[in-house]
Amino acid sequence: MTSLVVKSCGPMTSLQDWGRIGYQRFGVSPSGAMDRRYLAMANALVGNAPETAAVEFMNLGGILTCEGGELRLALVGAGCTASINDVLVEPNTTIALREGNTLQVGHARTGTFAYLAVAGGFLIEPQLGSLSFHPRSRLGGLKGEPLKAGDRLPCKPDKQDRAPMHLPLDPSQETGPIRVMMGPQDDYFTEDAIRTFLSAEFVISPQADRMGFQLNGPQLEHAKGFNIVSDGIVDGHIQVPGSGLPIVLMRDRQTAGGYPKIATIISADLARFAQMRPGSPVRFRAASREEAVAAARQMKEWIAALPSALVPLRFDLTTEHLLSTNLIGGMVDALSHKASDHSA
Amino acid sequence: MVQTPRFLPCGDSALTVEFGSAIDPELNGKVLALDALLRASPPVGLIETVPTYRSLTLQFDPTVTDYEALIRQIEGVARDLQPQSSTGTRWRVPVVYGGEYGVDLEDVAQRHSLTPSQVIEIHSNAVYRIYMIGFLPGFAYLGGLDPRIATSRRTQPRLKVPSGSIMIGGEQAGIVPMEMPSGWHLLGRTPVLSYAPERDPVFLFTTGDEIVFEPIDSARWDALEKAALAGESVAERVRG
Repeated sequence: MTSLVVKSCGPMTSLQDWGRIGYQRFGVSPSGAMDRRYLAMANALVGNAPETAAVEFMNLGGILTCEGGELRLALVGAGCTASINDVLVEPNTTIALREGNTLQVGHARTGTFAYLAVAGGFLIEPQLGSLSFHPRSRLGGLKGEPLKAGDRLPCKPDKQDRAPMHLPLDPSQETGPIRVMMGPQDDYFTEDAIRTFLSAEFVISPQADRMGFQLNGPQLEHAKGFNIVSDGIVDGHIQVPGSGLPIVLMRDRQTAGGYPKIATIISADLARFAQMRPGSPVRFRAASREEAVAAARQMKEWIAALPSALVPLRFDLTTEHLLSTNLIGGMVDALSHKASDHSA
Repeated sequence: MVQTPRFLPCGDSALTVEFGSAIDPELNGKVLALDALLRASPPVGLIETVPTYRSLTLQFDPTVTDYEALIRQIEGVARDLQPQSSTGTRWRVPVVYGGEYGVDLEDVAQRHSLTPSQVIEIHSNAVYRIYMIGFLPGFAYLGGLDPRIATSRRTQPRLKVPSGSIMIGGEQAGIVPMEMPSGWHLLGRTPVLSYAPERDPVFLFTTGDEIVFEPIDSARWDALEKAALAGESVAERVRG
């Protein structure tokens, strides 16, 4: 059996899949990848189903090796670089890691979360149906622990072909305000507060983690207090406690809470929001249900189409691409051009 | 009293069915009744339901079903729901009151001009209902606290309250599933683990269950704690 071995990593490195479904009624947060787009891309590159668990890096990278054989891996997201024995690997490509070689994952440069998928997935027993690590529940990962130096992650056998693949997509180029749907408790805020919420610029505060992102900016005024009888919370809920400063609830959030929620980030925009680093400005725009559902459908189709967007790694180095400009610049242009086609 | 529920949008993938705004057994009974109906025959596209005090949150796949369709499917039944009375399991939970197990017992007694044993008697004579589970895995919010010992929260929350603490805050009561911060008052401690990730069942209690507390002598603590850590429930099923 082949294992991926962690030599070093940041403190918030963890295994994450699509999340844990069905246990919120017991107070267990769903958790799961903060950016499903990049998780799905990394998985597509190694032939896995999009929701397969991968290593999620938050800000910091790490150093990994393998034992007991060779592994096919893919690292996608946050502009993290991968290098094998100090040689940089082409971004968004399949990586072959041989025993004795060292994979270095660089720190995040253009976002926060990156994913390292392994062909076949990890041979680790899920807890309550998921490998997603959730610290407060002590569930997921390796026996409810975050990843740390010395961990050995056993991998399932790799049954796919071994041709190195490339995924010429970059969803990080999406811009514009983060779309929200108002509610469930927008009636707890003054008209002024709602206007401010939808027009002002907020800034992601340093208090941003897998549980929630605190925002700095204008205070939002409550119309009838800031205590409600605790009710259900979903990913992307924007709650406003007594301070008037919004907190966006993310994957490791609590399952119920007693602050009014002014709006909810639409599911298609949640990953883009999750990649915003502390200090980044953010604006919100109200979307209709039709727009939100259309975007959710588009995201689902985009993920489903990832395997067909794969190209053999050598294919991209055709004369057509190389001639467009110099070799390196041409590669970058080709990537960004195709990316905008797919993320439009 | 018949109340039409309100439907609150929670983004494109969820909605909350709100039966009222109070902490009330009848409202909570309706939440549980709708939850049971939806779990027995889930509408297509429904992913998960989360019952809380007075509302039920439904998470769904918006590419398979939609908000309007779900509301159409549950509107009729939600309006005519018979509140689910406590038909769940009734658990007897052993508690060592006072001393190092419940450091706030004397203070709570003083605030209400009662003796510690009167507080123990009042607290352990009530039947508590689990209105919801949340905040932490297995943290049960209990209703049914005798108003004679209802005590507003501490001004300064404690950063660490030990697992198994039996506490009260305002008119609520709770059993602590794991070390956590809290501003509630600690009356005692139980060796019962309401949440144990390595145990089957992982969760002991479910929303709608009832709890009664049984005062025990501190001499029994060590044996019961050992049994609980070995995976036994320690809490006794007295009904259901």
